[in-house]
Amino acid sequence: MSVFIIRRLLQSMIVVAVMSLIVFVGVNVVGDPVDMLINPEADQAEIERVIRDLGLDRPLHEQYMYFVANAFKGDLGKSFVFGESALKLIVERIPATFELALTALLLAVVIGVPFGVYAGMRPNAISSRTIMAGSILGFSLPTFWVGLMMIMVFAVMLGWLPSTGRGDTVEIFGIEVSFLTLDGLSHLFMPALNLALLKISLVIRLARAGTREAMHQDYVKFARAKGLSETRVILVHVLKNIMIPVVTVLGLEFGSLIAFSVVTETVFAWPGMGKLLIDALHNLDRPIIVAYLMIIVLVFVVINLIVDIFYSVLDPRVRLKDAGQ
Amino acid sequence: MSEAIEQSAPAKVETPLQRFVSDYTDNKISVLAFIVLVAIIFIAVFAPWISPTDPYDLAKVSIFDSKLEPGAKSMDGVTFWLGTDSAGRDVLSAIFYGLRISLGVGVMSGIIALCIGSSIGLIAAYYGGKVDTLIMRIVDIQLSFPAILVALILISVLGKGVDKVIIALVLVQWAYYARTVRGSALVERNKEYIEAATCLALGNNRIVFRHLMPNCLPPLIVVGTVQTAHAISLEATLSFLGVGLPITEPSLGLLIANGFEVMLSGLYWVSFFPGIALLITIVSINLVGDQLRDVLNPRLQK
Repeated sequence: MSVFIIRRLLQSMIVVAVMSLIVFVGVNVVGDPVDMLINPEADQAEIERVIRDLGLDRPLHEQYMYFVANAFKGDLGKSFVFGESALKLIVERIPATFELALTALLLAVVIGVPFGVYAGMRPNAISSRTIMAGSILGFSLPTFWVGLMMIMVFAVMLGWLPSTGRGDTVEIFGIEVSFLTLDGLSHLFMPALNLALLKISLVIRLARAGTREAMHQDYVKFARAKGLSETRVILVHVLKNIMIPVVTVLGLEFGSLIAFSVVTETVFAWPGMGKLLIDALHNLDRPIIVAYLMIIVLVFVVINLIVDIFYSVLDPRVRLKDAGQ
Repeated sequence: MSEAIEQSAPAKVETPLQRFVSDYTDNKISVLAFIVLVAIIFIAVFAPWISPTDPYDLAKVSIFDSKLEPGAKSMDGVTFWLGTDSAGRDVLSAIFYGLRISLGVGVMSGIIALCIGSSIGLIAAYYGGKVDTLIMRIVDIQLSFPAILVALILISVLGKGVDKVIIALVLVQWAYYARTVRGSALVERNKEYIEAATCLALGNNRIVFRHLMPNCLPPLIVVGTVQTAHAISLEATLSFLGVGLPITEPSLGLLIANGFEVMLSGLYWVSFFPGIALLITIVSINLVGDQLRDVLNPRLQK
């Protein structure tokens, strides 16, 4: 087990190193580093000072070492637009993105499981077929377009929900959150639902497959034979068993929710780290881009590592296969 | 391969192609999806000739026709079935031209990714050992990141432009092809015809590309259709975010982004209809891919 974890940890570190190299080479070699790292409005003396400061007159491998050393100190440069530490700007935006992604995860379970269980109980009913067709549509619909249409219908035409921003926030443990105020909730609902759409389709499928399987199991027959009501059989016995794969898969999908929040945040002007990246790409705010990429790679590597370890605990075949190589 | 089957089978038995067609047409929805897809490809190829107006000819577009509702008529009597945008361009014509660009970018990146990915997959399967382990580790690591994230990383490193978007889409997709081909090539590699080819002392390249490759095609075709739909969707997303194609190449994603600006003042049609076009394209490709998977799957064949 510990061998497995060490192997995976090592691999994760290699991935981070390779990514830092790609990002570094991307910024410094593919483009003009002076152009990329120095504010275009700086004058000649300033440019020369910064070139010396950043060590751009030194050979590439030394520059890379310098970049890595600074990164370890938490210094990934200053934003051109905000004039603040790029890393700090991104870390400040993380709670907004996580709040959105976690709410989407919750919506996926709350909406997906009932529909999936219903479709699994009556696999041939027209209503179930409609649900399944809807879930196929959910996979094919472009997220950003659905977001636009939601704004169109619920904000512009009906005027029920606000279309942009985060609304009123409350501070707990020094972190601003929206979900504790009514205004914040109304702002949170649409973007979270939009982000959740793909995952709702996924949960419907998982829950349906799980329910179909569970309905023929002995424990369900036994529960019925005991004279339990159908509601209790479904809500307690079946639900408990199908929640295992649902929760596992959704845990795996949390990373992809964070990645896709880039799209949703842009549509709904949600002030998270994804929106910050897109704004930085438009403003050519390179330090922010570099810092975002390094942070997101780190987040993903950590998520993947946790998932791998979690999986190897659940399924011994994974670590045995890996040890055999 | 098909020739061999034809020769060994009695004359009355239908050819593989006939069987393929009859299997495919079993499902009516798949037939409909195929017809829709052919129509979309037709529109994309012949857009300049069948569009009601040329939306990018500045001499013909009139600002007086701007923001017209669907079905309204222009000053010269042309009907705008899907309305016009804020610059007076016909939305229907813009969709025709947009399909051309969206499909073009999607299909081109798909083909390049297929060539690169399947070659790498074949190499991994044929040589095995350390080469295989290394390639598949890279594939695994890449696939553990969502496609949109990989694309965003590449776009931020490469910059904007049509070529950059295609490169990004290729790099996002190659791993899927590599994995698919490796999977089926590993099965094929141990079959007698590869052994026979090896005994004939044919070159490695010849064995891999002339003998192994054609037999790995069916799953590749299925992955190809699904991945192309994915690429079209991803390009639209990137273009919508403003980090994809430049405004000189107005794909469906850019049309939707363009409509976003005027949507809050109630002009829903400018981004609604391009989105519908995108949706129909993606759904029809996915449905065709789904049916191909069932038809080409040897385990499901009688």
